[in-house]
Amino acid sequence: MSKTPPPSPGPNMPHEDYLNATYGLKSWLLTTDHKRIALLYLGSVTVFFFIGGIFATLIRIHLLTPTGYLVTPETYNKLFTMHGVAMIFFFLIPSIPAVLGNFLIPLMIGAKDLAFPKINLLSWYIYLIGGSFVLYSFSTGGLDTGWTFYTPLSSVYSNSAVTPAVIGIFINGFSSILTGLNFIVTIHTMRAPGMTWFRLPLFVWSHYATSLVMVLGTPVVAITLLLAGLERMFHLGFFNPALGGDPILFQHLFWFYSHPAVYIMVLPAMGVVSEVIPTFARKPIFGYSFIAGSSIAIAVIGFLVWAHHMFVTGESTYAALTFSFLSYVVAIPSAVKVFNWTSTLYKGSISWDTPMVYALGFIGLFLIGGLTGLFLACLGLDIHIHDTYFVVAHFHYIMVGGAVMGYVGGLHFWWPKITGRLYPESLARTAAITLFVGFNLTFFPQFILGYMGMPRRYHTYPPEFQVLNVLSTAGASILALGYLLPMLYLMWSMRYGKVAGPNPWPATGLEWTTPSPPPTENFDVTPEVTWEPYDYKNRPDLGLTAGAPSPAPAHGDD
Amino acid sequence: MSEHIVSPKIYVAIFLTLMAGTAITVWAAYQNFGAFNIVIALGIATFKATLVVLYFMHARYSPRRTQLVIVCSVFWLAIMLALTLADYQTREHTVGRLAPPVIFNLVRT
Repeated sequence: MSKTPPPSPGPNMPHEDYLNATYGLKSWLLTTDHKRIALLYLGSVTVFFFIGGIFATLIRIHLLTPTGYLVTPETYNKLFTMHGVAMIFFFLIPSIPAVLGNFLIPLMIGAKDLAFPKINLLSWYIYLIGGSFVLYSFSTGGLDTGWTFYTPLSSVYSNSAVTPAVIGIFINGFSSILTGLNFIVTIHTMRAPGMTWFRLPLFVWSHYATSLVMVLGTPVVAITLLLAGLERMFHLGFFNPALGGDPILFQHLFWFYSHPAVYIMVLPAMGVVSEVIPTFARKPIFGYSFIAGSSIAIAVIGFLVWAHHMFVTGESTYAALTFSFLSYVVAIPSAVKVFNWTSTLYKGSISWDTPMVYALGFIGLFLIGGLTGLFLACLGLDIHIHDTYFVVAHFHYIMVGGAVMGYVGGLHFWWPKITGRLYPESLARTAAITLFVGFNLTFFPQFILGYMGMPRRYHTYPPEFQVLNVLSTAGASILALGYLLPMLYLMWSMRYGKVAGPNPWPATGLEWTTPSPPPTENFDVTPEVTWEPYDYKNRPDLGLTAGAPSPAPAHGDD
Repeated sequence: MSEHIVSPKIYVAIFLTLMAGTAITVWAAYQNFGAFNIVIALGIATFKATLVVLYFMHARYSPRRTQLVIVCSVFWLAIMLALTLADYQTREHTVGRLAPPVIFNLVRT
């Protein structure tokens, strides 16, 4: 790696971009540029990722021994709760939509900004205010209810700082709603001439589906948590049977949002994969309209499956049967995506660039996560593995193996666009493989532990489970390395990385037609779309023609 | 985009209707209609909410797309209520006896 920054782009390249158009703290804190707001989000979600990561590290160290010497049982309860709250509400949900979605949606549809730029900035501030409440809760007694806040534990019995946490999550919900609203209006009204619905990148389709879930689901969880908070503060009876409430009602309302929230996390990652796979397979995507439609189908059917989290609560067997069936149904659009991605790879001219390694990793891990979801949707089997490490492994395969792989892969794919620089390729590829190996070593043993009967959320376990727990902790250390590496070399590349052209891969999306980094207004002239999406066989302007060897992707120095 | 101007008369009429709705709700709270207690209370509340959405939120004069969004969100609410009630309504059957409908007895005391 060279120590001197490479020369800036030549005089024929535009010098003014969104990063150097204005300077100073104020220009960032009061910006309405969607690209700058995306970077503000990037910084803040990374902070929460590391906070959540520290809690995870402590959990895994504690579980090295069957009796667990590191923390007290009470602290252990707080660690897994705060890990979940930080990771789900403040990292995973905003990660891809608020960072990559914010940055890319206007660029991909040929718009100058989102429809409501000021509301976009407002949503970041709301996120910060919500986040501050939650950090206050973490630092003044912590939170020990589990990230699910089940009543009456959260509303009556818990002695931890539940009130500020539910207020924080309530506030943060509005950030999510505003982002979703902004995306929906932008996609409906601000597409460039020629950018028809079926020429939209699949990343945009998946964000449209995600936004629907955000707008329709988030108010429910926000109000539900507020009701739990009101019950705790003022003893109003909503969920506490002693006050005339119903605890199962809380679970219904909570999961009405929180199951679709899984799709808020994974749909955008699917969008990333749908962009990366055709780029590095040099082939038009297989079944465009089916992938687009399956995003909407996942968002819609995803709303009809929530009570599969409640099979052992004593809910009606008939309702459980219905929810079990509907949970199987949601596997269909998910499988449509996986089959279409693999069909895209078939006879493709595949190159193993870093984003592609992440995308292929996503497919494998999502497949395992999705199929084990079917185990859990099965009424009989769920009785056996409910609330065991099997569930923990399953949802980490979806959320970390799926959503986080998609997020990190997407960051790599669009890093040249965001910063104008290339990252060191072989280091990045090594990090991606490290992440994949570390992830599997961490979470695959947990499937076995769960199947053998180790319950989740316990701070001790029988000695015969130790080997698998040690393997899991060892995997977590590799996983941590896999996250630290990209953070270091991506920061390094911002200054020292090789200058990326406007389209280093090359890819066919509209975002690659503008300079890297893009100017504040995104495009000097409003683009007009005359080509079909992912037309990797018929873009002579990018050197992509059927039968001819395709240009090699540009790589950064190592 | 031209804004529809609503005359103050309509606003006053809606306001008075809402107030009347509130008065009827309070009156109904003191009567015993048996299983229909909650139906009447929710019926009045829904009627009032519809007036607010149609007139105070201008949905009546909004473009079709806005109206579609409102109808969709009400439909979404219906999904939430229907599937949640699917649990409550059928729960008693699971112990082998035909229980009376519990729809009007959601919050058990």
